[in-house]
Amino acid sequence: MEARKILEVFYLKRKVLLMVAITAILVFFTAGMVLSIPLPVLRMATTTSTDNTGLLDYLAPFVTEQLGIDLQWVSVGSGAAIKHGENGDVDIILTHDPAAEDKFEASGAGVYRKYVMYNDYIVIGPKNDPAGIKGLSTAEAFNKIANSGSVFASRADKSGTHSAELAQWGHAGIQVPDKEQWYLATGQGMLQTIIIAAEREGYTLTDRGTYITYESKGSPELVILVEGDESLYNQYSIMTVNPEKHPKTNHELAKKFTDWLISPVTQTLIADFKVQDKQLFFPNAEDKNKE
Amino acid sequence: MDFIYNGLLQGINLIFSGDEAVWSAVKLTLELTALSMCASLLIGLPLGFILGYFNFPTKSILRTIVDTCLSLPTVVVGLLVYAFISNAGPLGQYKLLFTIPGIAIGQTILALPIVIALTANAIESLDNRLRLTLLTLGAGAFSAAVTTLWEARYQVIAAAVTACGRITAEVGVSMMLGGNIKWRTRTITTAITLETNKGEFAAGIALGVILLSLALILNTFLAFAKRRDK
Repeated sequence: MEARKILEVFYLKRKVLLMVAITAILVFFTAGMVLSIPLPVLRMATTTSTDNTGLLDYLAPFVTEQLGIDLQWVSVGSGAAIKHGENGDVDIILTHDPAAEDKFEASGAGVYRKYVMYNDYIVIGPKNDPAGIKGLSTAEAFNKIANSGSVFASRADKSGTHSAELAQWGHAGIQVPDKEQWYLATGQGMLQTIIIAAEREGYTLTDRGTYITYESKGSPELVILVEGDESLYNQYSIMTVNPEKHPKTNHELAKKFTDWLISPVTQTLIADFKVQDKQLFFPNAEDKNKE
Repeated sequence: MDFIYNGLLQGINLIFSGDEAVWSAVKLTLELTALSMCASLLIGLPLGFILGYFNFPTKSILRTIVDTCLSLPTVVVGLLVYAFISNAGPLGQYKLLFTIPGIAIGQTILALPIVIALTANAIESLDNRLRLTLLTLGAGAFSAAVTTLWEARYQVIAAAVTACGRITAEVGVSMMLGGNIKWRTRTITTAITLETNKGEFAAGIALGVILLSLALILNTFLAFAKRRDK
């Protein structure tokens, strides 16, 4: 009887100790989380290309240092980025889908839209080029790919690049070959789509920045086959989520960041961002925003 | 084969060179797991106990519901919680989206059914005479309950470990609710997804090895505790 009681007390005490330990751990981690965010946070939704290429990782320390802002970004397709903006889940969006941006701005969801930089889209494919598109115009190239039934990997995720690809099928006068065997709707980011295209020895449309990043990983299986078309121009813009629609968003920080991003000093920083000695993004805030 | 071997080699190198991004993901994963586990145990243990200890009319219906929730897909939980904590949702004012506590809500929902169902099983599987014996020995209702829970401790711990395994391994909720923000919400699993998407297999493998090691440490620790106790 006595022994059993002592044992029971001992068990109960151990339980208490365990509870104390768990609470201590919880408090420790929660305190750590609160203390580790000293700077005001600016939330941005952006495209996979600005993140995958490393541009934002490169700019973030300058943002912290020069503006005292903790820039946090989620990288998704332009379509999803705009959706995050519509819901007011982010303060600002950096995207490259002019048509979708127009809609976003016209609906009153976005304000203070500024052009930031551009690069261009390219069509890449296997070195042996089974569809024979090298050097053609984009429209001809898309026709040849469709006619030869060569594998084509599509982002299919409502990203800016996906939008651009859909427009190219339009230019080529072809219905989007959504259901064709050779058309791979990956639903994934740009680099992943390039990797899938490479695995399947197919073609894809990509922004040049992401392609250079892919190339820099060594022994690229896909090469540039079509480039330089006017229709392949790829403009990046930044837009603040309308504070009247979402009063909780931080539009003052957003404006501060936008002004910083389009300032001559930052534009030079963007121009200086290189992977394997190749410039990935071409700043054009000064010229474009005058229009 | 070279590719796998090199990945593994570079991965191990990354771990021991103290790569900041890798360790940030590890730290965030630990914080997140601690938070989710505390929440799911605090809520789940009492509920599981009630479900296993008492007999009441709706018990079997509740059991079926909890068992169904065991197979909740992570992305469905992610989507539901997203709808609630998005700024456009009913809990938007708390600004939980894209934060660790935000992910913890989703993970708690994932872990809860496991904790509840397995705790209830554990309690039910105890010899029915235990409770009667305790009461006969003069234990009050409360201390009888606590002792019952204590007798089932290994199964309860196993429930916690299973829940812990599910939440450290899941990627759907962390990705949708956390947004994979570097230094803030990039956990081991979302980092692996990202690194794979970027074609950085070495970093992915490094993180995978770390995740496995964490599980190994936890389970070794428990095995020792169990042996010493016996």
